[in-house]
Amino acid sequence: MDSKNPPERRFVRLGETERRAIQVWIDGRPAHALEGDTLLVALLSSRGHLRHSEFSDGVRSGFCLMGACQDCWVRDEQGQRLRSCSTPARDGMRILTSAQEVEWARLA
Amino acid sequence: MGQARIAIVGAGPAGVRAAQALVERGVRPVVVDEGRRDGGQIYRRQPDGFTRPYAKLYGTEADKAQALHRSFDQLRDRIEWRAETLAWHLEPHALHVVRNGEAEVLPFDALIVCSGATDRLMPVPGWDLAGCYSLGAAQISLKSQACAIGRRVVFMGTGPLLYLVASQYVAAGAQVEAVLDTSASVLRLRALPRLAARPGALLNGLKLVASLRRAGVHVMTGVTPVEIGGSPRRGVTGVRVRDGRGREHAFECDAVALGYHLRSEAQLADIARCEFRFDAASRQWLPRIDQDGRSSVKGMYLAGDGVRLSGADGAEAAGRLAALTCLADLGIERSDRAEVVQLRAALDKMERFRQGLLQAFPWPHRAAAALPDSTVVCRCEVVTAGELRTAVSELGACEINRAKALCRVGMGRCQGRYCGHAAAEIVAHAAGIPLEQVGRIRGQGPVKPLSVSALAVGGAE
Repeated sequence: MDSKNPPERRFVRLGETERRAIQVWIDGRPAHALEGDTLLVALLSSRGHLRHSEFSDGVRSGFCLMGACQDCWVRDEQGQRLRSCSTPARDGMRILTSAQEVEWARLA
Repeated sequence: MGQARIAIVGAGPAGVRAAQALVERGVRPVVVDEGRRDGGQIYRRQPDGFTRPYAKLYGTEADKAQALHRSFDQLRDRIEWRAETLAWHLEPHALHVVRNGEAEVLPFDALIVCSGATDRLMPVPGWDLAGCYSLGAAQISLKSQACAIGRRVVFMGTGPLLYLVASQYVAAGAQVEAVLDTSASVLRLRALPRLAARPGALLNGLKLVASLRRAGVHVMTGVTPVEIGGSPRRGVTGVRVRDGRGREHAFECDAVALGYHLRSEAQLADIARCEFRFDAASRQWLPRIDQDGRSSVKGMYLAGDGVRLSGADGAEAAGRLAALTCLADLGIERSDRAEVVQLRAALDKMERFRQGLLQAFPWPHRAAAALPDSTVVCRCEVVTAGELRTAVSELGACEINRAKALCRVGMGRCQGRYCGHAAAEIVAHAAGIPLEQVGRIRGQGPVKPLSVSALAVGGAE
């Protein structure tokens, strides 16, 4: 197992895959998802993380999935904050996973 | 009096049964829930377009789940239903809610809070890595999205939910590497007299463990978690534990589901200044209620896992009892004495079973004291056990809110939901004082983060 590189995807679909296919854009790149996915599932079906921690060098992939921990925040291209575990994925959605506060911290 | 305004927070087992009791007596309550649908976490309904039947989704609890959903569907037109709505603050007779960025104030004569619970977490080195999830998260991803949290999953912690979710993963075709329980199996034997209060639930639990072993899952009890291994960029790659004899065992995996029973979501009760009591058996602070669900604040009732962690069946009984009590207190209808007695008896049985579970699967509080200084306690802001201990030893913070102010533990995104209990244990040990003297992280409004613009719009109306 490659211990350094991030995994291609984190979540594994175990069923309910007959749903209509949709496409979301993650940091400008297209990704496949299914209608009825939460945004968190749509993202983690195509990649290993949701965001970078603003307090460490690690990546984060959500934690509670019930809207309690706020670990899964991402942004849309208008800068609107989205809690991805409770936000439905919609066809054509455009998501940014690098948060402004992280960018600002790096510039400082 | 005219039509009483009764608000219910939460549409899980407690909230739905409370609403039903009110509707039966001609009251139209407003029911607020953050979820898109009713059912709460335990009986969470899958989104439209998903087709798995009840038996597959809820296993042994399928009939109860279906009954609760049916009840809600029948109530739907006779309540004021506010889905995707967060109750974020509380003032006397006014519940502050926000939906889709729009704030609103709901006036009420009486409030029934059925706010449920989240997982209770004990930190372990590496639990901040991507791929480590709460046990509840592992179940939600399966039930609500038909996904496993990883290709190879380890379940670690303690409590019946550990075995339940692991067996649900196996049944759904996921690869479960191990179930690692911090509680020694001998404790279960000692707890049998209390667990026998609910023979059906006890039997279901035994069947789950047997089914896991049959499926070839590695089940270990009495373990001490050592580390969740991995790298900051990749996330989780394995787990190491020590067994009862001190031997180390390693498991490769890309996901860990971690959980140690539940903790109550009691922020609204805190904001309302309800009295709390220290529950020595579970080592946590819970709002004080009388046997019928009255809090110490007039007109405010608490039911379900948000106040007394006795599970879904207990929540259904407690929700109904709290609503009947509320109606009687408002002078709307005197409670049916026989039904009240029956509900109280049901709750007594649940309480006895809860005590048994705590004896069989104790919160391993000594593990908090033993965490290496480098362990991250607060995942949100990466505050370590060492920083917290320094706040105690050098700055004299022997009370948890003081420690929070000095080292930011519990100050981050989750507002102490996932670090608060372990942090209090660490402070107690470092200061050499009993846990109850450390206090609890105060609940404050907003109950969850929300944007200032939502409140600005609400204020302008």
